[in-house]
Amino acid sequence: MATAANLPPAVAEEHAQPTRNDPAPRRRDGRTQPGNREIRAKASIPLTLLMWVIAAIYALPLLWFLLSSFKPGSELFSYPLSMIPREWTFQGFVDAWERVDFAQYFLNTATVSITTTVLTVFFSACTGYALAKYNNKGTRLFFVCILATTMLPTEVILNPTFSVIRDLGLYNSLAGIIVPSVLTATGVFMFRQFFLTVPDDLLHSARIDGAGELAIFFRIMLPLSKPILFTLAIFSFQWRWNDYIWPLIVLNDPKWYTLQVALRSIVGAENIDWPVLLGASVISLLPLVLVFFVFQKYVLNADVSAGLKD
Amino acid sequence: MAQPTITPTAAPAPQPGPVRSKSALKRRNRYVIAPLVLIGVNVVLFLVFFVWPGALGMLYSFTDYRGIGKLHFIGLANFQKLFADGSFYAALGRTFVYTVLSVPLVYVCSLGVAALLVSKAVRGRTAAKTVIFLPWLISPIVVGVIWKWLFGQDFGFINFLISGLGGNPLPWSSDGNLALAVVIFASAWGGTAFNMLLFIAALKNIPESLLEAAELDGANAWQRFRHVTLPGIAPTSFMVILLSTIHAMKEFAMIQALTGGGPGTQNTLIVQYIYKTGFEQSKVGYASAASMVLMVVLLAIALIQLRFNRKKG
Repeated sequence: MATAANLPPAVAEEHAQPTRNDPAPRRRDGRTQPGNREIRAKASIPLTLLMWVIAAIYALPLLWFLLSSFKPGSELFSYPLSMIPREWTFQGFVDAWERVDFAQYFLNTATVSITTTVLTVFFSACTGYALAKYNNKGTRLFFVCILATTMLPTEVILNPTFSVIRDLGLYNSLAGIIVPSVLTATGVFMFRQFFLTVPDDLLHSARIDGAGELAIFFRIMLPLSKPILFTLAIFSFQWRWNDYIWPLIVLNDPKWYTLQVALRSIVGAENIDWPVLLGASVISLLPLVLVFFVFQKYVLNADVSAGLKD
Repeated sequence: MAQPTITPTAAPAPQPGPVRSKSALKRRNRYVIAPLVLIGVNVVLFLVFFVWPGALGMLYSFTDYRGIGKLHFIGLANFQKLFADGSFYAALGRTFVYTVLSVPLVYVCSLGVAALLVSKAVRGRTAAKTVIFLPWLISPIVVGVIWKWLFGQDFGFINFLISGLGGNPLPWSSDGNLALAVVIFASAWGGTAFNMLLFIAALKNIPESLLEAAELDGANAWQRFRHVTLPGIAPTSFMVILLSTIHAMKEFAMIQALTGGGPGTQNTLIVQYIYKTGFEQSKVGYASAASMVLMVVLLAIALIQLRFNRKKG
């Protein structure tokens, strides 16, 4: 590894490459290129107003929901309704947490989401890299296979999937949700897309220096892909936390329920216990909101262009 | 591809000699074994959780399997029954109606919001973007709950507003079409966030110079949008429409929470129909036949849109 010391700067440079798309659009801010751009950059009151009216419309359902969850049960249905609770209470949250065995569901969901996310990110990186940097019949075929999975979602093969899970002995266990969810087309595409932008020269020079193929991946390529890694981690966490259909078909015993299945059993009841349902739903949102506000730049600024959706 | 092309500048001391003289076996290791190791786990997962159930589903659709016992082949009987089944057509038809109404709404909402969010004339874009993005964090089940709460027939905020403004409260949950409307609103609300991100990325990639040139040529805002922006984001539009269509066709969780397919079975969509027949009534064979039809429909949609896209491009 004669040139190992040379790698970091090279790596840093390559690193900048994929994100180099960014500055171009940013130039439209008018900061780097004054001129007639400044005219356009002037605030338009009607447009700003329109934007904020739309934002308010989007915020309304959530706001109403959140504020309602702080109302006592008696106030929920008493006319006239008021946006702001007349009396603030946390009773709904307390009831949800204690009465519905929510702590257990919370733990189950967290276990599933975190484990799956780690596995998804890792294996998507491996697969995406192989699909981007090794062009042979096998990888080309597998790329088409992955593409096919996006067209034929789990929802189309519910019953046979159940049979497979059962035959593998994964029925009614958290592993039954984790293992099948590891492969996601989106994750693979994200990494493939990213590694396509990493110049092959980097790969070649590492090979010349005698690095093994897997070492190249783990020591050079994987660290390079950190931004994608975070983005996919957040996506994957969101998918798994909010997933409903897999837990629904895999889990039968309430002690393994995830939050979504538990929530559905509350809302599907004959008489919906709204105070508990509101409290429980709001609690179920908290972890994602937290993750989002910590890592939001990886989501909002991600140049999401691959087939990103699950 | 098998031979790395070595340029003198690639490394300080290029030594093509040793690399080239490596045995064939070693080279095979590099270019065949290594990628195989890297994709191995996902290949296994693909085979076990995609190919296997896919094949099994096809097999089931020709049997009267009920979840236990041996497979008993009954030929095309499931499909014959299915094509004479009114409730299957109802579910499929309702799914089409839902898709046809919700996809354009999602498209218009996401593109409109994205266009506003990249416009320099709008103030407070970051905050607005965050607000509009929040529904992305919310699970389909909770989206269903939120909208059920908002549009409750006797206790909902919307009916309260309507009666406050002097109107008559609407039967949001007992009228089939109104219930579907709520589902469509909810899907647009939940679906905007992500598609908006895709559109923002696409809109930012349109060269400013093109828009300026159009402006100099006297094109007004709408003409610029119609003839410069829209063609510029065509690939993204295509992707958003394709993904939203597939998403709408398999809508399940949100409806389960919002209406449960009601009133009655009026708004039962196709995946829900499959779930009901396959799991609640354990008619596995029959449900698998319905799944096969859905699969064909999804494939057809994808192929049509792909073709349409190619023709346009």
